[in-house]
Amino acid sequence: MTSTTLVPDRPAGNRRSAPGGLPLTRVSGLGLGVAMVWFSLLVLIPLAAVAVTASQGGWSGFWRTVTNEQTAATIRLTVGTALLVTLVNIVMGTLIAWVLVRDRFFGKRALEILIDVPFALPTIVAGLVLLSLYGPGSPLGVNIANTRIAVFLAFLFVTLPFIVRTVQPVLAELDPEVEEAAASLGSSRYTTFRRIVLPSLTPAIAAGAALSFARAVGEYGSLVLLSGNLPMRTEVASVRILSSIENDNPDSAAAVAVVLLAISLAVIVVLDAIQRRVMRRG
Amino acid sequence: MSIEIVNVGKRFGDFVALDEVSVSIPSGRLTALLGPSGGGKSTLLRIVAGLERADTGKVEIEGVDATGLPPQKRNVGFVFQQYAAFKHLSVRRNVAFGLEIRKRPKDEIRRRVDELLALVHLEQFADRLPAQLSGGQRQRMALARALAVEPTVLLLDEPFGALDAKVRKELRDWLRRLHDEVHVTTVFVTHDQEEALEVADEIVVINDGRVEQIGSPDELYDRPANEFVMRFLGPVTQLGDQLVRPHDLQLSTEGGDQAGLPGRVTRVTRIGFEIRVEVTADDGQTVTVTLTRNEFLALGIQADSAVRIRLAPNSPTTTATSPAQRAAAPSLAATH
Repeated sequence: MTSTTLVPDRPAGNRRSAPGGLPLTRVSGLGLGVAMVWFSLLVLIPLAAVAVTASQGGWSGFWRTVTNEQTAATIRLTVGTALLVTLVNIVMGTLIAWVLVRDRFFGKRALEILIDVPFALPTIVAGLVLLSLYGPGSPLGVNIANTRIAVFLAFLFVTLPFIVRTVQPVLAELDPEVEEAAASLGSSRYTTFRRIVLPSLTPAIAAGAALSFARAVGEYGSLVLLSGNLPMRTEVASVRILSSIENDNPDSAAAVAVVLLAISLAVIVVLDAIQRRVMRRG
Repeated sequence: MSIEIVNVGKRFGDFVALDEVSVSIPSGRLTALLGPSGGGKSTLLRIVAGLERADTGKVEIEGVDATGLPPQKRNVGFVFQQYAAFKHLSVRRNVAFGLEIRKRPKDEIRRRVDELLALVHLEQFADRLPAQLSGGQRQRMALARALAVEPTVLLLDEPFGALDAKVRKELRDWLRRLHDEVHVTTVFVTHDQEEALEVADEIVVINDGRVEQIGSPDELYDRPANEFVMRFLGPVTQLGDQLVRPHDLQLSTEGGDQAGLPGRVTRVTRIGFEIRVEVTADDGQTVTVTLTRNEFLALGIQADSAVRIRLAPNSPTTTATSPAQRAAAPSLAATH
């Protein structure tokens, strides 16, 4: 049916040549060497040292430590709350980023700066703020001291900026015409968000979520004052690690550290897998 | 009439983008909205698509009042200058998007998408991502995506503006032939008068938020309604107080015809097949005349030859209002 002709299609540029990068030259080899030494000194060697310390008591020693009732409770509380907080952040962080990018309102600039306060504030200061606001002498009449809500709230406070800050630039870069194109094809605003906008944001959301989770798992300063560190109730893993060290039990501290490390790694891998799926599905 | 635009006005702050514009666009034709950048033509197209709201006036599409309808309900296909590709979806999924939204059966979607990909010659690229296509291929994909939902009208906003000159010319020819096959009412925006003259059945010239003239390419070129249209559609030069086309002027040497304005050749420039001769008339006015190489050789003139300038019979002219406007108009000739 088609009588139209066109010049044969040429392959579009070789932008994707060398997917694994270019072969090493002398200079780039040196760069790689420096990067690896730096990375090893700062990350790989300390992590290996923790793993070695944790394995000092053998597998049974390790297992005994982490299945100790009180230790297991701290890990459960920490990881559970961190997951919950990350879920909340995925929704709220994306929403805040959306408002900051797409809406114009009075005080937007101020809000932009305030978002970073939980980043910039020393965490113990954050802890003090939370204690004075929601502690026993609360001016609001809300006393959540010594409860698990305190842990949840402290995690929320310190992890707020991560997803906002990773999603915001990506959202700002999105071409509004792409959404207009979807609209003229009959797509409702919700469908456009779900099938067009969200897949573009997913990598940023996943990166922010990973940061947010990792930060929450290791959080100490902001919750230590308000949570009360009650064993079996509000004690988190970082507090548990500190008390192990104080009780001259570095093996036990290292064992908990390794568990946290493994869980964080698993979460990052899972987030990456989810992100790839959402991207493909569209 | 397929699209009826009645007294549409639009402001952005103090800037008047459209000032009481009324246009009727016929069914099944290829219409160009032609004008300089910032003249309001893209705004008008976006109002027809529902991507922009008119402050005043009315838009009817195929007899239905669409003024208050959101873009989703207008059943128009829209093609953007920058392709607006869904980057995370393959070419096939891009084209299928509108049909998937409409929850058509899977095999019907596959059949229709295959048809469209064949129409835009992208069959072998179906599984690529938009980033792996060239600009021209991406724009053809965008066109197939817009046609997939069988729109009542197809709107293209500077569709070839982001492409290089050669691809632009190819796609222009191809759009013309595609339209002859598909026959969907098509409106495209362009600031390139050559593109409009070559492709369109009808041209609407828009400038400063107003319609300057509506007509076929021949009508516009041969009977420009005013100075703006005259200047915008092709090269002009001034003879007395009349604007004329440099190729409508004839030169004669002293020995020949004694009619016409006397003057002297001041400069001769050859641009490929055409010779551009600048003549300073005895009253001091500089007139540009373009001749073919053969005409030029037959006259045997050179710099400083005495000549007479005459307008060929039945040539379009408009009265020049003010010489100051010259610099603003994108004319090719008559620049000093």
